[in-house]
Amino acid sequence: MARALINVPAKAKRGEVIAIKTLISHEMETGFRHSTIGLPIPRNIITSFVAIYNKEEIFRAELFPAIAANPFITFYTVATESGTIAFEWTGDNGFSATETAAITVE
Amino acid sequence: MDRHDGEWRSRRGILKAAGALAAGCGAAMLVRPARATPASMQIAIRNVVGSAAVQQGKVTLDIPPLVENGSTVAVSVAVESPMTPTDYVKAIHIFTEKNPQPNVISIHLGPRAGRANVATRMRLVDTQKIVAIAELSNGSFWSDTADVIITLGACLEDVI
Repeated sequence: MARALINVPAKAKRGEVIAIKTLISHEMETGFRHSTIGLPIPRNIITSFVAIYNKEEIFRAELFPAIAANPFITFYTVATESGTIAFEWTGDNGFSATETAAITVE
Repeated sequence: MDRHDGEWRSRRGILKAAGALAAGCGAAMLVRPARATPASMQIAIRNVVGSAAVQQGKVTLDIPPLVENGSTVAVSVAVESPMTPTDYVKAIHIFTEKNPQPNVISIHLGPRAGRANVATRMRLVDTQKIVAIAELSNGSFWSDTADVIITLGACLEDVI
């Protein structure tokens, strides 16, 4: 399981625009490099990232090899209600990681 | 003696392989056929926007103009939009001119984003132009470009 770091404010006012920062450890092997004996190193990247706020999708990204290792993504959302925000990364070779963060909206 | 010869041979082999690796990345940077070109970037952009016109403005692509290490370059895109249910940013795409592939990231937003502003970190193989394109809910496309100078491209990290 890849290590993921999520930064979501624990508390927010209703209707407030909050910043969400996500970071996951992943080598993001581009598929364009070669090993020491000249063989191509197969691509191994995260291809998709989704954020779901209380079962509603709020953010989705398709990632390409041009994204740096350990993908870091920052985005914004409106704090509508208390609950959880789930983050899901999927990628090559069946890679899948999920993380959740709780938020209290006053 | 034979054993020694064998050792030498393999050691030579290893040195050769190491030399080939060192040369390989440089050569790949010079003659890599898969490298994206301004033309392939235009094709990638057309695949996203279709036949719609892309206008300049509304989008702010923020990337440092001079980068020392192309392996990790912070990039952010902000789009001017009220982000209401009737007028919002649907998608943001980033393209590069000279990386092996023109696409960098495709982001899908909705009115719930509140602010059309995203940031990530990308790889850049060489000094080149970056293009950010935003698709608004009314179907129009807006773009911004930025030139980046790279001192050390992302490919050089091959040489371990």
